[in-house]
Amino acid sequence: MKYLGITLKRPKVGFFDFTGCEGCQLQIANKEEDLKDLFGLVEIVNFREISSERREDYEIGFIDGCITTDSEVARLKKIRKQAGTLVAMGACACLGGVNNLRSRFPLPDVVKEVYDGHPVDTGPVRKVSDVVHVDIELPGCPISKPEFEWLVRHLVLGIEPQFPKYPVCVECKQRLNSCVLDMGMMCLGPVTRAGCNAVCPRNRLGCWGCRGPSEEANFESLMEILREKGFTEEHIVERVKFFNAFSGILNSDC
Amino acid sequence: MTVKTLKSLNIDIKHLCRVEGHGDIRIRVEDGKLAECTWAIVETPRFFEVMFKGLSIEMTPILAARICGICSISHALASARAIERALKIRIPEPAHKVRLLAIHAETLQSHSLHLFFLVAPDFLNVSSVIPLMQTHPEVAETAVKIKGFANRAADLLVGRSTHPIAIKIGGLTRIPRKMQLRELAKDLDATIPYLWKALDFFKGFKIPDFVRETELVSLRGVNRYPFIGGNLISSDGICKKEDEYRSMTNEYIGDFSNSKLTRLSRESFAVGALARFNNNYDLLHPKAKEAAEGLNLRPGVHNPYFYNLAQLVECFHVMYESKELLPELIDSDTSEFSIHYKVRQCKATGAVEAPRGTLYHYYRISEGGKIEKADCVIPTNQNNGNIYYDLRKLVNELMVQGMEGKEIERLSRMLVRAYDPCISCSVH
Repeated sequence: MKYLGITLKRPKVGFFDFTGCEGCQLQIANKEEDLKDLFGLVEIVNFREISSERREDYEIGFIDGCITTDSEVARLKKIRKQAGTLVAMGACACLGGVNNLRSRFPLPDVVKEVYDGHPVDTGPVRKVSDVVHVDIELPGCPISKPEFEWLVRHLVLGIEPQFPKYPVCVECKQRLNSCVLDMGMMCLGPVTRAGCNAVCPRNRLGCWGCRGPSEEANFESLMEILREKGFTEEHIVERVKFFNAFSGILNSDC
Repeated sequence: MTVKTLKSLNIDIKHLCRVEGHGDIRIRVEDGKLAECTWAIVETPRFFEVMFKGLSIEMTPILAARICGICSISHALASARAIERALKIRIPEPAHKVRLLAIHAETLQSHSLHLFFLVAPDFLNVSSVIPLMQTHPEVAETAVKIKGFANRAADLLVGRSTHPIAIKIGGLTRIPRKMQLRELAKDLDATIPYLWKALDFFKGFKIPDFVRETELVSLRGVNRYPFIGGNLISSDGICKKEDEYRSMTNEYIGDFSNSKLTRLSRESFAVGALARFNNNYDLLHPKAKEAAEGLNLRPGVHNPYFYNLAQLVECFHVMYESKELLPELIDSDTSEFSIHYKVRQCKATGAVEAPRGTLYHYYRISEGGKIEKADCVIPTNQNNGNIYYDLRKLVNELMVQGMEGKEIERLSRMLVRAYDPCISCSVH
């Protein structure tokens, strides 16, 4: 395919779901009006959730979900071997996501509480990059539809994607959102990577940090502001830990 | 994959496609007898009940949404409802209306995803919706219009269709502006004709002939077809209160599945569109009844392949009820959409009709407003046992009829798919 004098490759792509809610895959199926264009740009050869066709000759692999079992580790390594480019998609794949909330308790206790000791195939929560090399991380819980399409355009054109380095606050200002911190809500927007178009503050919910830290985030300063506003240490820690996006930050700053 | 003779058959489907999550179908016939016939859930569990422990109650609807990418609105609503019932909070009427419209949008989104993306390819002999765009562009266009509307509605009503933002304990974080609601009402009117087109397509599909009489469980509506809260009823004549969900579901752990199973009066029961349709037919919108009439769907149906048609009928119901709810919301005072509450020690259950059936969240809350215990019973868990017994009966009948292995495999895949299993959800 040729567009504006540029020859576009039509890469073969596969989508692979691991331990998660499959909401990120749904985001892709949800882009109804643009689906036809997407299918024109890439050749989808493996996408179990929507198709019975399954081929192993994909060049780009999109992974969603976190990795918990040995069979998942083996399956992921096989995909890594085949895919020239591996994309971790969503907070579970990039960070382990909310799944880490269960890591607060010893695994045998976790299994006992839910399955009453009945044997189930599980293991510790791992993000994709704990197991294999990841080329690109597409953040968010769930991923943003426009950002996914933006990434696909870059992959098709062979341009390295540059994700925003600045925090969510910048996008709130761009959208003329009222500051939810000023309204008295807890918000991690000042330290979280932008790219979501500040969708939560836009809907009057403080940011939960699902996209991971922005560059050179000033955590100390945010913690100070949150404490000044009267949020308890417990409340702050609970929020910061929710998506496991800021591991390593808490010990030094909280 | 399939080795066919009259005496033996070996079907081993790993990770059945066009369903949400990972499940395997295994069928083995030896010496003309069914040696194995299972629907096995092989999804890896996530242990949400443990994740909830110790969290502040205001975090629960946000975490609950992450149980499922497709029915996240239902999970957030069941979670908020459980806590609101526990704290005896009555949310303002406009918030209730927005929530009802949001679950309608999710039902429409989920049902149309299932009907067009997952089911229609079986009837049109294609592998997925991708080739369908070439071979049947009018079907693809209808799908895009209906699903697109559903997602726009959810985006406006609760901020996002996957993992809603605006649902919070006590009501909503914000309410859509009247002007936006008027636009949505226009959008809805422009979408309704596509629903009638969808009806014409599905009228033309030949539904496989198979019946296994079973117990059907759902909420029972009061004045309205049920979606958020209410009594629990079964077609075998049982009626219980929302808080008695445990004795309605009787969860147990089967040896062939990572997902828990349930039973009530018999070896298994079923929930979802067909159960709701059978138990609440009288409360369907007249236009939905008209659609059912056109599909030859009447209460008393026990053919699981009719789940697909019952879902389509529900699409009519939610669209036409939304058409009535929107003007009511627009003409009312919407300035109050959330109320303050005080935490205390308490516990309760919240039940909603998620797209795939009755969903329960239960929480016990500490004096300080933290979750001490959480329990979630998922629609697909309640259907898995029923699918298992259906599959055995189906394969036995097809064997007697001398059906070819390939056809047995096709009908088995379609049977499981008809229930629209949400496997990630069931192994939450």
